[in-house]
Amino acid sequence: MNVEFSSEELAFQEEVRKFLKEKLPAKISEKSKNELHFTKEDFVQWQQILAEQGWAAVNWPVEYGGTGWTPTQKYIWSNECAKVGAPGVIPFGMSMVAPVIYSFGSEEQKQRFLPDILGSKVWWCQGYSEPNAGSDLASLKTTAVREGDEYVVNGTKTWTTLGQHADWIFCLVRTAGSDAKNQEAISFLLIDMKTPGINVSPIYLLDETREVNEIHFDNVRVPVANLIGEEGKGWTYAKVLLTHERTGIAGVAKSKENLAQVKTLASETSHFGQPLMQDPAFAQKIAALEIDLLALEYTDLRTLAAVSTGKAPGPESSILKIKGTEIAQQIDELKMEIAGYYAIPFVKDQFEYGFEGPMVGPGAAANSAPSYFNHRKTTIYGGSNEVQKNIICKAVLGL
Amino acid sequence: MDFSLSEEQQMLQDSVAKFVHNDYDFESRMKVVKGDDGYSKDHWKLFAELGWLMVPFKEDDGGLGGSAADLMVVMEEFGKGIVIEPFLTTAVIGGGLVAGAGNDVQKGELIAGIMDGSQQMAFAYVEPQSRYDLSDVTTQAEKTDSGYRLNGHKAVVLNGGIANTLIVSARTSGAQTDAEGISLFLVDADAAGVDVQSYRTQDGARAAEVKLNNVEVSAANLLGAEGQALPVIESVLHRATLAICAEAVGAMEVAYQKTVEYTKTRVQFGVPIAKFQALQHRMADMFVEHQQAKSIVLMAAMKLDQGGEGAAKAVSAMKVCVGKAARAIGQEAVQIHGGIGVTDELDVGHYFKRLTMIELLFGNSAYHTQNFAQL
Repeated sequence: MNVEFSSEELAFQEEVRKFLKEKLPAKISEKSKNELHFTKEDFVQWQQILAEQGWAAVNWPVEYGGTGWTPTQKYIWSNECAKVGAPGVIPFGMSMVAPVIYSFGSEEQKQRFLPDILGSKVWWCQGYSEPNAGSDLASLKTTAVREGDEYVVNGTKTWTTLGQHADWIFCLVRTAGSDAKNQEAISFLLIDMKTPGINVSPIYLLDETREVNEIHFDNVRVPVANLIGEEGKGWTYAKVLLTHERTGIAGVAKSKENLAQVKTLASETSHFGQPLMQDPAFAQKIAALEIDLLALEYTDLRTLAAVSTGKAPGPESSILKIKGTEIAQQIDELKMEIAGYYAIPFVKDQFEYGFEGPMVGPGAAANSAPSYFNHRKTTIYGGSNEVQKNIICKAVLGL
Repeated sequence: MDFSLSEEQQMLQDSVAKFVHNDYDFESRMKVVKGDDGYSKDHWKLFAELGWLMVPFKEDDGGLGGSAADLMVVMEEFGKGIVIEPFLTTAVIGGGLVAGAGNDVQKGELIAGIMDGSQQMAFAYVEPQSRYDLSDVTTQAEKTDSGYRLNGHKAVVLNGGIANTLIVSARTSGAQTDAEGISLFLVDADAAGVDVQSYRTQDGARAAEVKLNNVEVSAANLLGAEGQALPVIESVLHRATLAICAEAVGAMEVAYQKTVEYTKTRVQFGVPIAKFQALQHRMADMFVEHQQAKSIVLMAAMKLDQGGEGAAKAVSAMKVCVGKAARAIGQEAVQIHGGIGVTDELDVGHYFKRLTMIELLFGNSAYHTQNFAQL
């Protein structure tokens, strides 16, 4: 048992720091610092810089262009990125569809799709949830009926994050027995968003940002060559993906940074003549969260280490999802508490780069309530925390 | 012991409830929220016609009695529709300060206007550094030959961009956080040197940053005794706190009921999700929190109407209890609704937002917990 960094690891840390210092674009860094919204271009630009360095696909096998990093290196990487506010890699291509393609796709599919994902030349989105299939994902109703060399797809997908930017979507569709509720009828299909019959409509969240969409498929014709693996195996593929790609879901590095920011803000905020940070009641709230986060960090590291020895993290990753999202939400609450009255104004344009109007209140305060509202989604998406508890009950506790 | 409403209160409740039910559907509300005026002038006219704007005032001032219990009744019903019209800022706070500190001339000029709907008020007292410390005032009122010259920055002035008259707190003497030396001034919103930057608030109402740059006011604009404003500010904000807590009780009732209804219709895993005991218990908790909040608001209303020393402590107790309930019910309503709960298009998220902002107003839970412990 050992969690001290070796000299090689310390050298790696230095290399990462140097890279981030030199290569993170100033505009992205500024946006991050001021909590402004990133655009599609920001993400693509940064991901292409990472690709050039060979660091875009942290979790991929080396043969497809992955980094081959050890768990410790991945840990160092995410911590250093969080410290400088480097945007996370958009997961839909890199972390979600790519592992399915390299694990279950044909050779032709690997060659066709993986390089463009690695180089961030194609933007992917996810077509899993439907209006009536949320926590009960397996009840999805979108159909793909085979006609010759094509599937004809009909249905509606929802909560499609950043789908407005997407070139491609990966979907779970029902290929057999459209009434049957068995998971063996579900297949994994890749669909070009330019195909006729696809309509994307926005859904605005509580902070009035357009993050998610509803996507309608009306007789969309998809080549059979776009099916991953076998018909009826889609659920299995998606599940393997869900349990294998949970590293980072705890968001420990980001929460550590956010908590550090909370401390700084609380030290700078005067509260009845002394810094708020010196208010014992407030300091105790921070301490309680910090302790929770410390335990989560080690839970995360244990999982990471287990994965690296070839074990699938399995249902334990549900712990990371539950605790990670709850802690992050509690940090949001503290930020709002620090902001006080300045959490109340809502100057929407203030979060866009190049806003020239007068700012209202300090930046961190202005974003505190919108972040709090927006981040309520985290305990709902990716398998709601209730679903995660069901998984623990069933798979761990044997209930 | 009697917790029942009087006949008059019952009528008042029915009349506000009818308005919210018939005229304040979510879609119309959102049109007003995203519109330019920030409130509906038609609704405001109706409030005046129905006498609601007279509710916060004593009979001597031409009002309907001004009890905290009456105010509670109105605000709880407003909360059910998350009404954004500036009843709180204009009638309760603005009106309360004029009635509490004003002389006969000032009362005569302003109160009639508030009650007939022609006068909009805002209270500019928060400053960028002050947080919840009411005695932390840096805005300066310097004596001149004919009156005072005001300089300073007032933050998050609710209704600031809508009001025609601002009530500004400023220091006529003393150091930054002295309890003594704070005075109130009536300032025309369009007076020279008044810079008002209006914006939307998180919960769909309007507020503003108000900057005072050598604003000249006459001596007649001093509201109340010079340097002695803190007690009246505290007393009016106690009423305002009661008002928003009662509003929260109404909003929480709708939030938990909508959640219960939704779970009966949302089918997952082949059954309405209301069948899951894990969710049933959480909704039972929401109900319990709502009832606790309702009780403590009643308690505070009675203490405020009795007057005396217990009022401040009762208000702090109420704010903490309501703040806790508001957070729990708001968060659970969203979580149990799932994805649709975090969208702008469904009403439940807007109840959540308003409940969140109520927790931040007039002292957050941390502030009032401390206050309660010290009183």
